[in-house]
Amino acid sequence: MPDFTEKFDATGLNCPLPILRSKKVLSSMNSGEVLYVIATDAGSVKDFDSFCKQTGNELLESTEADGQYHYYIKKT
Amino acid sequence: MAEKKLALIATKGTLDWAYPPFILASTAAALGYEVQIFFTFYGLQLLKKDLNLKVSPLGNPGMPMPMGMDTWMPNIVTALPGMEAMMSAMMKSKMKSKGVASVAELRDLCLEAEVKLIACQMTVDLFDMQPAEFIDGIDYAGAATFFEFAGESDVNLFI
Repeated sequence: MPDFTEKFDATGLNCPLPILRSKKVLSSMNSGEVLYVIATDAGSVKDFDSFCKQTGNELLESTEADGQYHYYIKKT
Repeated sequence: MAEKKLALIATKGTLDWAYPPFILASTAAALGYEVQIFFTFYGLQLLKKDLNLKVSPLGNPGMPMPMGMDTWMPNIVTALPGMEAMMSAMMKSKMKSKGVASVAELRDLCLEAEVKLIACQMTVDLFDMQPAEFIDGIDYAGAATFFEFAGESDVNLFI
């Protein structure tokens, strides 16, 4: 599990809120810092992957455990 | 990489159809797109300060309803007084329970992300609507203005 700077709990939120709110948190962070997001929206797996590809941020890790999805995003 | 652009035309003023333009616009903005939405005809309802949007099962056989009502209840029943208000309230509470954002919330996120919202001046005049009914920070313009942005956009959608 990577170290993280900020944590955002997106559990219970549905598309597109996990992405939109995570983006907001990322905007307040510095380059090189890592955001840890927890979500329950199954569609967010592909969405976070896609979000990172398009915005140039690095998706360090994307895992699922007990119906929860964990993302570690490094801001570029 | 130059900033990508998304141009949307929003033409519908019901609760269900309010979602696609605001979801796409806010998400595109989060992905770094510059976004404009041109609201025309019934789409203008989405710019009202007082968002009183409704959804109707009347004439919409594709709308899922509780207890399988969409399969056994005659569609004409959905024309009865109070049905529209009831279905709208049910849809709103369903959305809330599923963690789906409200239309107002998505619209605020769009405004925050500097999505440009343009009301079709012709339709505003046609329906005798007043600028005071609409939220602040929107523009009033016509088709030529839309094309100025749409002509150089990467994605154009009519909703």
